[in-house]
This record gives sequence, structure tokens and C-alpha cells, in this order.
Amino acid sequence: MVNTSRKGIILELSHVQKKFGNHEVLKNIDLKISSGEFVAIVGKSGCGKSTLLRQIAGLDQPTEGSVNYDSTRLKGLSPDVRIMFQDSRLLPWKRVLNNVGLNMKKDNLQSARTALQSVGLSDKETDWPKSLSGGQQQRVALARALVSKPRLLLLDEPLGALDALTRIEMQSLISSIWEDEKFTAVLVTHDVSEAVFLADRIILIEDGAVKLDKPVNLPRPRQRGSVEFAQIENDVLSKILAK
Amino acid sequence: MNEKERSRYLLKVIPWIIPLLLLIFWQIFTANGFIPSNVFPKPSDVIQAFIELMKNGELESNIGISAGRAIIGFLIGGGIGFIFGLFNGLFKGFYWFTDSSIQMLRNIPHLAVLPLVIVWFGVGETGKVFLVALGVLFPIYINTLHGIRSVDPKLIEMGRVYGLNRFALFTNIILPGALSSIFVGIRYALGVMWLTLIVAETVATNSGIGYMAMNARDFMQMNIIVLSIIIYALLGKISDLIAKLLEQLFLKWE
Repeated sequence: MVNTSRKGIILELSHVQKKFGNHEVLKNIDLKISSGEFVAIVGKSGCGKSTLLRQIAGLDQPTEGSVNYDSTRLKGLSPDVRIMFQDSRLLPWKRVLNNVGLNMKKDNLQSARTALQSVGLSDKETDWPKSLSGGQQQRVALARALVSKPRLLLLDEPLGALDALTRIEMQSLISSIWEDEKFTAVLVTHDVSEAVFLADRIILIEDGAVKLDKPVNLPRPRQRGSVEFAQIENDVLSKILAK
Repeated sequence: MNEKERSRYLLKVIPWIIPLLLLIFWQIFTANGFIPSNVFPKPSDVIQAFIELMKNGELESNIGISAGRAIIGFLIGGGIGFIFGLFNGLFKGFYWFTDSSIQMLRNIPHLAVLPLVIVWFGVGETGKVFLVALGVLFPIYINTLHGIRSVDPKLIEMGRVYGLNRFALFTNIILPGALSSIFVGIRYALGVMWLTLIVAETVATNSGIGYMAMNARDFMQMNIIVLSIIIYALLGKISDLIAKLLEQLFLKWE
């Protein structure tokens, strides 16, 4: 089925539960994310947020409940969805441009070039991934995710391994690309400030359940230094750390 | 010449000092009869043998025959090893069905079956090619299998998320990921290839470099024996260089 509308996917999770053996990692999660919305999922490590993202991607099937894209039940991986991983997962044996155009015909790399341009790495086309810095590698990974015009972009702590300054740069880049392309985005992160900067809504997961679902009503581009920004960041942090 | 250039120059020269000295002593001790010529020939005699055998075409044809056996045996054994390694790495069913059997066969030293091979095939070409193929099969099999099994599962997961079908997954991720391990197998197998050929040609043959050496032994032509040994060494070196070149070509990214 070819979907001609490039609008973001409407994502709906109903009663999603995931068990590994007897261990219940996700407990009855209900969530509705509208088209083009940017949602951040935060929580302590081991709270189940990465498992949740795998269910949303279709990499894993929930034990109970269902994940729905545009009210259709998800049964596996979808071509409309791309994931950006924490490690860039670039293929070391392909040059940058061919990494971005991974699933494209050799003679049709124009859109890969455009994607590389949008992340500001046009001059690295023929470099090997190994020769790039960590931040540049993640930019290439971002370009690779964007090249097929996904309707849902999943970000699994994509900036976790970067230094603070590169991270801020990348957040602005992701934000501006999201505003242009209007895809639905789900970001898993442990960096609350990153969540406040990027997301329309922050969801806190604790022990496999939703503990907080908080809208972020700040105008974009967001100012990290502003009082409102700090207020929201503080609210979420105290909820995470509360016993 | 500045300091740096001089030291780089020295580093190129130093490794050759001992071989050169050995060559000089070899000539001196054999020329003055300290080492009798029926124990070890003079270097000049070896060179003379080389020129003579080149002239009458014997050397060329024997090298050609030996190299031909080596290449055909390598292609057959390596091909079989590669295909089994590939299938057993990719499909669990094949692995469970064939791996134990292959591992059992691997434990038989392939040179130990030489008497059997002579009975089966006589001293003709088939036996030697068979033995070389048997020798190179296992290192290629094991390294291909290991290479495929050790491809980073995260990269394969990425490929699936990015919509690669099974064939594209194989050509874009699994095969290139296994390639450096496969090359380790190839280089090891090349060593096995020459070793097997030397033994096979020495024991049972009527042509080739090994035959040349054994024939020379009958007539105490020490210079031809030493020449044969040197040619084996050179062939080994050349095949290793070719493997290295291929590696540089296919593993540019490393």
C-alpha cells in the first residue's frame, strides 16, 4: 500500500504489555500521539523506555495489547518508519553517500545528496564513516533516516554519546528538520533538558508504566535560559527523582 | 640528508644485512671447500642451474605444472569451503546438519590420507589436486563461517529497519562484514596449499617442481634441489602478496 499523503503517522498504543519470561517490563501502556507531534519519553535507565520504542517500531511484538499506525494494527516493520540509534550504525565499508543512500539504486543518489546537504555534510560524501567525528557520524545517520521521507521517526537516545556542545547543535538541527518535514517523532532520552527543548509533550515512564504526561507549551525556537524552560525541566526532574 | 631521512633510509637497509652476510659466507665457505659441494652447493652453481633449466624450458614447464595444480586445487577446495561456510553461517538448518561432520573430517590431518590418495588416483594430477583441495577447504570453511556469524547483529537490525530485503542484507551487510575474516582464511589456506603440494609432488609424481627436486636427488644435483626449494619459497611469497593486494582492494575502508 503506497501512502501518498506525507503527513505524520497517528500513533496509538492500547494496553501494551511486554513480558520477558516472568518479568513484566511494560505494564498496560495506553498512549495516543497525533500526526506531526514530537513526543519525548524520559525515565531512569531500565524503566522500559527503550523496550517501549522497540514495540512502537515493530521490532518486537507486545505480549498483550497492540500498536496502531493510523488505526491499523502494526504487525512488523513498516517502510514509513525509520529509527536513529544511539550508535550511528553506519556501515564502515560504505562511503558516507552510499550509507545515506543505503536502500537506493546506485544511479539515483540525488535524494541522498539532498539529505546530506540538509545535515550540512555535503563535503563528506566520499569519506569513510571511520574518518568522521561522533557528531558527524550521527548527522550522517540522521540524513540516512530522513532520505526516505519517513512519516514516523524514532530516536533512541541518538545524542547520548556526544559531547555537550555537539549535542546542543544536533538538537537545533533535529528541531528545524522536524518543523520542515512534519513527521511524527518519538524521542527516547534520559536528558530532560533535551526533552524540553524538542518535545511537544513529555512522557515519564517508571517501572514500565506512564507516570507523567506533560505538555510543553513553549514557543519555538525554545530558549534554554528562559524561566519557563527551567520551570518545566525542574518539574519533570523532580518527578523522576521523587521516591 | 637530514636526520629523519637518514633514519628512514637506515631502517630500510638494516633488515637486509643478515641475509646479505649469509649469502657472502655461503659463497666463501662453499667455494673454498669448507662445506663440500655434495652437502650444499655454491650460490653460483644454483644460479647456473637456474639459467640452464630456463634455457631448456624444463623450469618453466615444471613451475607451470605446479602452479596449475595449486590453483585448481585451491579453487575447488576453497570454493567448496566457502559455499559450506556461507550456507552454514546463513541457515541454522544447514549448520546443524553438516557442521559436526565437517569438524570431524577436519580432525584428520589431510596429509595422512596421502597413501590412500595414491592407491585411488595413482601418481597423476587428480590425486594432487584432490589433496590440495582437501587441505584448503577447512581453513576457508571455518573463517567464512566465523566471519558471517560474527557480523554485528546491530548492523543487521539496522538493515532490517531500513527496509533491506534478505538479498540486499546479504550483499550490503553480511558479506562485507565477513570479508576480513574470509581473507584471514584465504591467506592461511594459501600456506596450506603450497605445503600440501610440496609433499604430494615429492612423494608421488612425474612432473612439477617437487619432481624436479626428487629427480635431482637421484643424481646428487644439489644445486637443482636448492633451486627447487627457493622457487617454492618465491611462489609462496608471490601468492601471499597477491592475497595482500586483493585485501587492500576489497578492504579499503579498513
